Amino acid sequence: MTKAIESKNDIFEIEFTLNGAKKAFRAGAGETLLELLRREGYRGTKRGCDTGDCGSCTVLIDGRSMLSCMMLAVQADGRSVTTIEGIGGPADPHPIQQAFVESGAVQCGFCIPGMILVTKELLDSNPEPTDAEIRQALDGNLCRCTGYVKQVEAVKNAAKKMSQKAKR
Amino acid sequence: MSSNETANFKTVNKRVTKVDALGLSCGKAEFADDISIPNMLHGKILWSPHAHARIKSIDTSAAEKVPGVKAVLTYKNVPAIRHTTAGQGYPEPSPYDSLIFDSKVRFVGDKVAAVAAETLEAATEAVSKIKVEYEILPAVFSITDAMKDGAPVIHDEKDAKNIPDPKHNVCAKFDLDINDGNWFKNADYVFENTYHTQYAQHCALEPHTTLAWLDPNGRLFIRTSTQVPFHVRRIVAQALNIPIKKIRVMKPRIGGGFGSKQEIFLEQVVSALVLATKQPVKIEFTRKEVFISSRTRHPSMTKLKTGVTKDGVITDMDMEIYINNGAYGAHALTVMMCAGSHSLPLYQARNNRFMGRTVYTNLPVAGAYRGYGATQAFFPTECQMDMMAEAIGMDPIEFRLKNYIKQGEGSPIFKAMGEGGEGVEQVITSCGIQKCIEKGLQEFKWSEKKKKYAAQTGTKRRGIGVACSMQGSGIPEVDMASATIKINDDGSFNLNLDATDIGTGSDTVLAQIAAEVLTVPTDKIIVYSSDTDLTPFDVGAYASSTTFISGNAVRKTAMLVRDMIIKVASSILNEKPENLRLENGFAVASDGKKKCSLAEVALSSLYFKHQHQICATASHTAHTSPPPFAAHFAEVEVDTETGELKVLDYVATVDCGTAINPALAEGQNDGAVMNGLSYALCEELEFNSKGAMVNPNFRSYRIFTAHDAPPVRSFLVPTYEPDGPFGAKSVSEIGINGPIPALSNAIYNATGARLFNPPFTPDKILRAIKEKGAKK
Repeated sequence: MTKAIESKNDIFEIEFTLNGAKKAFRAGAGETLLELLRREGYRGTKRGCDTGDCGSCTVLIDGRSMLSCMMLAVQADGRSVTTIEGIGGPADPHPIQQAFVESGAVQCGFCIPGMILVTKELLDSNPEPTDAEIRQALDGNLCRCTGYVKQVEAVKNAAKKMSQKAKR
Repeated sequence: MSSNETANFKTVNKRVTKVDALGLSCGKAEFADDISIPNMLHGKILWSPHAHARIKSIDTSAAEKVPGVKAVLTYKNVPAIRHTTAGQGYPEPSPYDSLIFDSKVRFVGDKVAAVAAETLEAATEAVSKIKVEYEILPAVFSITDAMKDGAPVIHDEKDAKNIPDPKHNVCAKFDLDINDGNWFKNADYVFENTYHTQYAQHCALEPHTTLAWLDPNGRLFIRTSTQVPFHVRRIVAQALNIPIKKIRVMKPRIGGGFGSKQEIFLEQVVSALVLATKQPVKIEFTRKEVFISSRTRHPSMTKLKTGVTKDGVITDMDMEIYINNGAYGAHALTVMMCAGSHSLPLYQARNNRFMGRTVYTNLPVAGAYRGYGATQAFFPTECQMDMMAEAIGMDPIEFRLKNYIKQGEGSPIFKAMGEGGEGVEQVITSCGIQKCIEKGLQEFKWSEKKKKYAAQTGTKRRGIGVACSMQGSGIPEVDMASATIKINDDGSFNLNLDATDIGTGSDTVLAQIAAEVLTVPTDKIIVYSSDTDLTPFDVGAYASSTTFISGNAVRKTAMLVRDMIIKVASSILNEKPENLRLENGFAVASDGKKKCSLAEVALSSLYFKHQHQICATASHTAHTSPPPFAAHFAEVEVDTETGELKVLDYVATVDCGTAINPALAEGQNDGAVMNGLSYALCEELEFNSKGAMVNPNFRSYRIFTAHDAPPVRSFLVPTYEPDGPFGAKSVSEIGINGPIPALSNAIYNATGARLFNPPFTPDKILRAIKEKGAKK
């Protein structure tokens, strides 16, 4: 959703690290981080419910997964925000992105950026999660296409890829 | 080609990486909401707060004064042409009972007016300032009340078409009776029960979104989250009374459909706003709007009476199904027909009766939903199979194996019932149900579990249940698909088609089919779908048609292109065409010595000799709809003191012929099964006494999460369907049919209590256990 922030007086100048680079933004007082990110062209962050229930809008704030529809943009001031675009792109995908592709975990793909960011948070703190831990981690991210079967496989494959990479 | 040749496939039947997966995983793929264009206005719709009311007056003056507002539309200033919102082939079998905006509203969430404004805030504010005075009419919420004499008439308008009995709110009806004059006379046991299925929603993660604008020549461009681009073009043209040639519909990536986007209710509103403002307009539904105003599964009530002999012959099947379509009749006839036409032929009974009535109520509108009537009907039939087997002391598996439709057999139902009336005669040319059952029994360890659970004590009881089902592969003699393939300088190909990838993976599957014929890797096929200006006609993604119908169109097209390539190669190699074949991206002479690459062929044809574009288009319709078959096995544990149910194991086998891409086919089955399990155990749209949905969000309308999800194990059981492209049948819908009956049968096996009304929540399970106890 795009807000015409220019027409309002309650505009805040904020600054946060976005995908590794410090950036300045003008944020409306009531604007969510999701709205700001999408307005700024970070459209990999998806809007699925606006009520904090589906997980499609997940971003990492200082490495922790957060629902960007549930926080104000101004709350990101001074923090470090990572969106799916900051994880990797088609030319240099992150091992988690590769694992999701290779495991057949992507159907419509709308929930996938959120799933991948949650996976990153999980694997950063727990490089060898059990199935139960994976399912617990993905619990806030709804998917209607896959039945979660291949997504759990994808997380396991991602864990393998990341540990191999770490060993090298 | 025979099944023996499946072993020689180069790209078909391989786990090729989904062509769009990387872009989606990187957040780069563009969905309908990911594009904004300059000067774009935001649209917002005013929804009816009443279940049934006439608009006495509507005052938009305050709304029009809100700064930034460019247009306010109501029934007074848009064309009033009755149409259906069901995205079906022309002429649609659904009644023409809908307007863009009407002077009467028929459910809480019906469209009243729309605003386009420079900002979403202004549009929202303006919507709140539209003053509507309603004359509240009596509303009706149940199937039985709606059909009574003197019930409120929901569609009393004179200009509606194709409503069989508006006074009794009947929007579709069908009757069939095939018998030998001996109804139930040969049966040793007769069972009659009534089953209900509930309101539920698709819950595609991407909300419905449409962006439309005028191109410099005044043509209307619509970029929308749809499963049916050509039907969008036709129905928007109809509703707005503008020529089809003035409209172009484009499909971006789609964030799931499951039937919800086979409906055209948003595109005509956005288009009307564009025509009124001459500016681009976008409307993106909120989740709440998706819940209250988009589409749902048709709830149903089925009375099933069946007869069986002592030795296990099913003598009679008598099905009466009543379907609730809500306020408008989208898919009214066809969902009801599919209930009978998919379920009745699975087991061969001598006498078959089907009576179907689809009924309007003042509740949200039902539409296409994965399973499409079959889900509603296999619940009663598969429960009754277990009851009959138990009565005659036969194992439920053995009983099914004795009665199911075999390869080489037909059914009178195929000819008698199609989607919109009479069907098409067909004989089953591939049937893997026995193999599905065998695979399932083995993976599930049926016999072991059966033995183990035969004598249980204690409060926690375990049980097992089975359910079989079938679906179709497209609509015979109705669905049509086409594809265009052209060669590029480097020997790659464009595959342009309107088969609508909505997350299903059809872009990949269809590329694999083209690649197989042209003997190239899948990455040499550049797929583009769908754009009504650029891609040839296809009905779209529904009725489990894409792999079977569109896949055959792609195969035919690729064969035409192959022949054109051979012709050019013949001139390059100075060899007779009949001595040439394609192999690994080369035209090769039969002696194996002379060959030229596809790039050489392309360059020669484009630049050097007899210059022309190697390019072909072909279409496909089918005279049959070969059913895929499935067998599901559920193991549950029921706490008989609390009613709590745990699904301990769920095995879902499916015969989809040749799986063009086994990974994607498994994914389709996994997703359909999980959707079915979630529907069986926790999903239901709930309404207050005024017909307003009370749980329009994911917090109170629960769908399974990764944590809740029971362990599902999918297995593909290959067969070879001679009419399918490389032996393929459909796979996308069938998996949703099994969970309700398999769980009902498993709960019965565990507790002796039979549930007839999903979702099977603990309170219902507990009540059923108590009622059973009281009867003893």
